[in-house]
Amino acid sequence: MIRDITIGQYFPGHSPVHRMDPRMKLILTIFYIVVLFFVSNPFGFIPAIFFLVCSYRIARIPVKMIAKSIKPILPIIIFTGILNLLFISGESVIFTLGPVHVSWQGIYTSVKMALRLILLIAGTSLMTYTTSPIALTDAIEQLLSPLKVVHFPAHELAMMMSIALRFIPTLVEETDKIMSAQKARGADMESGGLIQRAKSLIPVMIPLFISAFRRAEELALAMECRCYHGGEGRTRMKQLRYTRLDFTALGISILLLVVIIVLNLIPMPFLSWLI
Amino acid sequence: MVISTEHLTYTYSPGTPFEKVAVNDVSLTIGSGEMVGVIGHTGSGKSTLIQHLNGLLKPTSGRILLDGRDIWGEGMKIRDVRFNVGLVFQYPEYQLFEETVYKDIAFGPRNMGLDDKEIDKRVHEAAEFAGLSPELLDKSPFELSGGQKRRAAIAGVIAMEPKILILDEPAAGLDPRGRNRILNQIREYHAFTGNTVLLVSHSMEDVANFADKILVMSNAKVFAYDTVENVFARSEELRQIGLSVPQVTNVFHRLVADGLDVPKNVYTVGYAKKKLLGILQGGEDSE
Repeated sequence: MIRDITIGQYFPGHSPVHRMDPRMKLILTIFYIVVLFFVSNPFGFIPAIFFLVCSYRIARIPVKMIAKSIKPILPIIIFTGILNLLFISGESVIFTLGPVHVSWQGIYTSVKMALRLILLIAGTSLMTYTTSPIALTDAIEQLLSPLKVVHFPAHELAMMMSIALRFIPTLVEETDKIMSAQKARGADMESGGLIQRAKSLIPVMIPLFISAFRRAEELALAMECRCYHGGEGRTRMKQLRYTRLDFTALGISILLLVVIIVLNLIPMPFLSWLI
Repeated sequence: MVISTEHLTYTYSPGTPFEKVAVNDVSLTIGSGEMVGVIGHTGSGKSTLIQHLNGLLKPTSGRILLDGRDIWGEGMKIRDVRFNVGLVFQYPEYQLFEETVYKDIAFGPRNMGLDDKEIDKRVHEAAEFAGLSPELLDKSPFELSGGQKRRAAIAGVIAMEPKILILDEPAAGLDPRGRNRILNQIREYHAFTGNTVLLVSHSMEDVANFADKILVMSNAKVFAYDTVENVFARSEELRQIGLSVPQVTNVFHRLVADGLDVPKNVYTVGYAKKKLLGILQGGEDSE
């Protein structure tokens, strides 16, 4: 059933990660991605993976959820892996197949890239698992608000995002209802070729659009009735405030960066054939 | 056409934290040509139940029989079931989509694969049943008034000539005149065609006025399924599950409680008037 589609993957909870300021979570997620690109030798991945697994444990999100978040990008990982494997030229060649050389360097690079992609997705997923979409848009608004100086519409953007997010479940439910109603009149949406199917969506799309417009109009009216006039001078119910928790997390993340840089600087001559 | 359910159970999102039994072991039979009122709270399972009757939902367990044949059994086409059991959803005007009212009413019959002549005949008949004047047929459905839209949508289901017609709150959100008009039209349709009609409603008055039998749903189960008299006679129990009885029935129950010799099974104003006049005149006669 269409209702089972989940958009956003928020897992409500009260773990320290859930309680963190969404701005800090957003910043640290970006920070983690940057850190991942600092890793230049295989040992650097150990603290990066350790950090991520610990974060998942603290957030009480089952680590197997990582597998679920990676599934959709698996083809990309495999594709880049194969490309790297075949086209990275290295000195320690294992075998040659026509113009293609498979070397230890190639294997290393493809594993490194795959690992980096997996950690990247897993890291960002942790943020969406532990932050409600509304909190996230709040965070984006606040982080972008300095740009208001150059007339960047941070508030409007965030408002649009939260309204869009808010109406996804409503419209999904509405679609479900309209589809049932048209099916009750014998509409056939499951069989036929591509064009036939696209055509069979018309009885669903038209009422859906009309209702979306109607809702938008009602919403605009309701907002105006409550004197909404944009972001100027608007206070918020949930004040975002950094706490000790956030600074601890920031400290640990900086520590991670330091460890990785140190690991990069330690000479590892025994790996020279690989890198 | 007789429709019945056997131990029908439906669970939403089984195996997740959101699991909820919406219909629990419901067995009932609705005879051919009956007019049944369905009442119950929001969330009592009545909407889920009626969506099973035309095969929009597939039961988690149990069966739905149409003239004794399992609608999900072998050799049954679910679309044919839907043509036989017409379902008008709540606020059906939101499903209008065609350029003209005519085309919209014709959507169902066209899906049935009927020829143009038959479709034309059915559209005009359905429009008449629903109380739409012929000149409205060429208008865009979006030009109509709320009540007209509602009637056009109902006509779209009637045009399929279902043997069983189910209406979910057909009068919801209409003004009193629109309400009466739609309900009268439904009553006429029932009297004229002799088809089975199921009317889901929150209004005890409507149900009392129109139905022969009442199905009361409560907590995913059938609380009562009986004639109007028998159901409203259990007014205490109905009140306990948060439903009411028609106001006039309440009045008569209070009169009985005050020691007056009036019947308890009064549930329409017309009947009440007759009874009261009879008693008043009878009283005068005896003096």
